[in-house]
Amino acid sequence: MSDPHDWAPSVPAVPDKRPSREHVLAALKATDEGDPNLVQLLTPEGERVSDPRFDHFAGDVDSAALQELYRDMVLVRRFDREANALQRQGQLGIWVPLLGQEAAQIGAGRAMQPQDMVFPSYREHGVAWTRGIDPTELLGIFRGTDHGGWDPLATRFHLYTIVIGNQCLNATGYAMGQRFEGRVGNAVGAGDDGSMNEATVCFFGDGATSQGDVHEGFVWAAVYDAPVVFYCQNNQWAISEPTERQSRVPLYKRAAGYGFPGVRVDGNDVLACLAVTRWALEECRTGNGPVLVEAFTYRMDAHTTSDDPSRYRLADELELWKLKDPIERVRVNLVREHAVGQEFFADVQAESDALAARFREHCLQMPPPAPDRMFANVYAEGSPTIDAQRAEYLAYLESFEPEGSLAGAGGEGV
Amino acid sequence: MTVLTMAKALNDGLRAAMERDPKVLVMGEDVGKLGGVFRVTDGLQKDFGEQRVLDTPLAESGIIGTAVGLAIRGFRPVCEIQFDGFVFPGFDQIVSQLAKLHFRSQGKVRMPVVVRIPFGGGIGAVEHHSESPESLFAHVAGLKVVACSNPADAYWMIQQAIDCDDPVIFFEPKRRYWEKAEVDLDAAPPPLFASRVARAGSTLTLAGYGPVLRTCLEAATAAEADGHDIEVIDLRALSPLDLGPVIESVRRTGRLVVVSEAPSEASVTAEVAARVQEQCFHSLEAPVIRVTGFDTPYPPSKCEEDYLPDLDRVLDAVDRSLAW
Repeated sequence: MSDPHDWAPSVPAVPDKRPSREHVLAALKATDEGDPNLVQLLTPEGERVSDPRFDHFAGDVDSAALQELYRDMVLVRRFDREANALQRQGQLGIWVPLLGQEAAQIGAGRAMQPQDMVFPSYREHGVAWTRGIDPTELLGIFRGTDHGGWDPLATRFHLYTIVIGNQCLNATGYAMGQRFEGRVGNAVGAGDDGSMNEATVCFFGDGATSQGDVHEGFVWAAVYDAPVVFYCQNNQWAISEPTERQSRVPLYKRAAGYGFPGVRVDGNDVLACLAVTRWALEECRTGNGPVLVEAFTYRMDAHTTSDDPSRYRLADELELWKLKDPIERVRVNLVREHAVGQEFFADVQAESDALAARFREHCLQMPPPAPDRMFANVYAEGSPTIDAQRAEYLAYLESFEPEGSLAGAGGEGV
Repeated sequence: MTVLTMAKALNDGLRAAMERDPKVLVMGEDVGKLGGVFRVTDGLQKDFGEQRVLDTPLAESGIIGTAVGLAIRGFRPVCEIQFDGFVFPGFDQIVSQLAKLHFRSQGKVRMPVVVRIPFGGGIGAVEHHSESPESLFAHVAGLKVVACSNPADAYWMIQQAIDCDDPVIFFEPKRRYWEKAEVDLDAAPPPLFASRVARAGSTLTLAGYGPVLRTCLEAATAAEADGHDIEVIDLRALSPLDLGPVIESVRRTGRLVVVSEAPSEASVTAEVAARVQEQCFHSLEAPVIRVTGFDTPYPPSKCEEDYLPDLDRVLDAVDRSLAW
């Protein structure tokens, strides 16, 4: 492991013991404009720039691969917007928009290998996409038909965690298990595909960094050398609370206090997010975990469809971030540096519209769960209490509907 | 037959489970080198190594939260919470994740995690070391809650809890850790989630669990001198409750006294009383009477003899029921 002093970037001189409010804000809000500690490979203007530490981890991204990343982001944004519209039309109870965080999520998601495990928060629709989870499988949570329709073990994408920060401990425990099972730090010989080494990626936001579970996750991961990438999407806002309500120091710098590296990456730069996450995963798989990545991005929409950002932030701020849009810079780069023609962009647009149509159609046709759905799977080994309540409630329902049975899903397994 | 203390019986049970299944882990504060503050895990780290008996950082949410992750990975963690009053930092993970993941995943993710909690008072301890929080857990859907009362149950129940594919909150009566009894290591144990008639009788039913079970048995013996033939039932499973034997008993005796150290309001004893009146209404000769701790915080230890249901308070309730 490198010297911890190397991880800590130069801190501006602080005249008093307490940093001023301006000092705190300047550090927290450091953007891609001249911050030497922000990893960036693609500027907002679409120019490919070099970063000697991380270029290597994006070296294989040719025009075709960059087009794939672009496609991912466009498709994810498209179904995200469709879901927002579905909520406005009363088809979803709520939606959690990811608008603006496409690069942070696609870059991290595409850095992973199939054997890696993911613990998301609840805004990771883009990461879900990279794990092969069809966007329609996300709908049940927001329409109220289930708490997550996918198989967390088969997809290696855990269920969304809504209690802020809980998943950081669950991810750390899972990663401890990867280490206990000897799936970390194995020599990769010629001909090996590397899948004998695993890592876990835990997603959370800037607000979550104030939670005790995130702190405990950092402590545990550090003392057990757990192969976990803590991937913080700092989207600047925890509902109405700005990052300075959570921290006096930039979030990535906290890692040094726990004894592992922290890196801040331009979260709107898909190439940089890909490269930094690949690096972080390699560190973890080779036994140098954990690692903290702060993807510096912006929540361009509301916290959820129930939120009203106009009550706490200025529209100007959004306008500023629109200039750093994660998708536009890739489009410009593809056109200017890879001579990608209009046909490609039109095709992606058509594909995204088709995805949105299928997504909408699926949503409208989702059947309501059977009335006894709630009694299923409370326990793996069943419970006589729940069996009795289920039978009693179904009998109650039957008393209104003498001709048909309302029983749907099975009861508790015994 | 072997004579064991409850602490040693638990230790032997843990050892047997660890020998059977390499995925069983023991984790908690001071459980390794020290063997736990009550020595329940004594010697396990020496024999199974630091990767199966984890001296964890001092953080209860961390203990439960990482156990959840380890269970997702396929392990069967047995977490020790050092004292009852220290479980609350882990309560969020227990309620929000441990209890709900099987349901949320529609059965795809199992949570075979045991959370061991030494509980109850009577040891002259300082604050937060003598509480009986079992009702808080019994109220949570997705958890199973049990309490052992004697070394034989301790030996078998801990193994059965580890074998269970659901999360089990396992309460151990700390003031009974050093009481000895014979344990038949070869006998087939009763099911985990079953109450048990600890003493047969015909005039009154006395039900309890954990540390007060012995008090109940002593009360039955004392009442014998007055010609009362009391049946004592060890509830053992607090969620789901197994009230079959209680109901069968009350239908014969017509009288029920329920005993627990926990406060009475919204408690396990309240649930027992409610269900018995639902199912034994026509058999009851007297109201169900409860003998419990008070609805106060656990008092300073010099007051705990007044707080804890003792032999006299149980006998007083027995007398009141019989005199109804």
